[in-house]
Amino acid sequence: MPDSTFLDASELVLNMGPQHPSTHGVLRVILKLDGEKVIGTECVIGYLHRGVEKIAENRTYVQFAPYVDRMDYVAAVSNGLGYCLAVEKLLGVEAPPRAQVVRVILTELNRVASHLIWLGTHALDIGAITPLFYTMREREETLNIFEKYCGARLTNHAFRIGGLQYETYDGFEREVRACCDLLLPRIDEYEELLTGNRIWIGRLKNVGILNAEDCKAYGVTGPMLRAAGVKWDIRKAQPYSGYERYEFEIPTGVNGDTYDRYMVRMLEMRQSVRIIRQAVDGMPAGPIMGKVPKVIRPPVGEVYVSIEAPKGELGYYVVSDNSTQPYRVRVRPPSFVNLQSLDKMARGSLVADVVAIIGTIDIVLGEVDR
Amino acid sequence: MMRVLRTIFLFDLIEGLWVTFRYQRPKHIYTEQYPAQRPKVAERYRGAPRLNNNPETGETLCIACNLCALACPETLIVVGSERNEQTRRKELTTFTYDISRCMFCGLCEDACPVDALELTQDFEMAAYSREGAIWDRQMLEEGPRPTRYKF
Repeated sequence: MPDSTFLDASELVLNMGPQHPSTHGVLRVILKLDGEKVIGTECVIGYLHRGVEKIAENRTYVQFAPYVDRMDYVAAVSNGLGYCLAVEKLLGVEAPPRAQVVRVILTELNRVASHLIWLGTHALDIGAITPLFYTMREREETLNIFEKYCGARLTNHAFRIGGLQYETYDGFEREVRACCDLLLPRIDEYEELLTGNRIWIGRLKNVGILNAEDCKAYGVTGPMLRAAGVKWDIRKAQPYSGYERYEFEIPTGVNGDTYDRYMVRMLEMRQSVRIIRQAVDGMPAGPIMGKVPKVIRPPVGEVYVSIEAPKGELGYYVVSDNSTQPYRVRVRPPSFVNLQSLDKMARGSLVADVVAIIGTIDIVLGEVDR
Repeated sequence: MMRVLRTIFLFDLIEGLWVTFRYQRPKHIYTEQYPAQRPKVAERYRGAPRLNNNPETGETLCIACNLCALACPETLIVVGSERNEQTRRKELTTFTYDISRCMFCGLCEDACPVDALELTQDFEMAAYSREGAIWDRQMLEEGPRPTRYKF
């Protein structure tokens, strides 16, 4: 943190959080202020630390799967997919085609649900309360599909290593199609509420600019990187779970400011709906579980598998020592890495903008602290 | 010119307000009046656990194989069994299930070879004490009895 302030005026150190509604959980930000201007920030994290990586070392591979849902709990399905893919790679098995398609449908629905939560809370932070009610309402539709499919709404535990545990229910395809048909006009409605709104533009344009070089330097991924104009999406760059079969575009921004990040996420939701529609149309029949031994005991080795979670690159590094329990599981959480860019973005902005910047990173503290 | 007029007449704000007004009709109400109106949970919902009895004989289906206890990530299931000297088979004596530590992942119900342990659609599992959240065999067979309020 810089020590000198303007004209040697006494600087103010302000604690924002851990119990602050705009930090989306238990994040504490120590702000160093010169009047209204932020001259430095420092994040204090760890209030929600549960030691997920350590828990993994004391659980079998199958038993650890429900725990990964509790990291990024608004996108639990993506977390489960990443973990299952990592262990599958370690075992050398692949999920059957039908399982892969169902996985894509559910992860993309989850991406929409995660972005809807982000949109609602981000708008709420900035002062637009209305979108929150509408986004929660549409999220309910996706959660209903999860509930009917796997029996849980938030921490789903939907996928198993090697495929799926549950076959789709009667009317799954019809309900997913109906959900897609519902989502597109509703996303237009959010845009009517926000995109052209002068207060929204005033609060977001040219706030929290992070250009492509800084993004790469900080390791920022996901919509934040794409808003800076970098066309990087792991679904395209290193396709997994059959993503190479679907047609979709990678939306990018130009300036890398908060407004661009908002636009990128809105476009991403539309692309997700597009992927879901293609997946539902081409759903193959067949088994849903691959050839996985009853007791999972992968050979000695280590793998790193990363997927495109709603918030960025979610990576799992799993080390096996040929026992039933992983020797080490290391998670690369997108929220944690993206949060590091907060200081860069917030420095020099106003206190009110810090709230907008935290909101635009789209952090989930369960994932930051793990 | 058009842009100036749109700015003067607050067109962007009115556009947003119009969306809000469209949802004022009573048929767009989404709120559920719980507990008067009870939510319909899905068929596969993973809620309160239940230990199933054979509907004809009333005897427990559980064969005390201990697989659920081994499958549980939190090891919160304790199965007590006794060998019956006449039939030479293991019989279930006690079964405790700690609801307070359960995360409803469904691994125990997947592991059960005889469909004795099942996660049901009951979702009201509040207890007044921590001990009340530890369910014994009788509680598991009968299921929770939440208060039904009359309106």
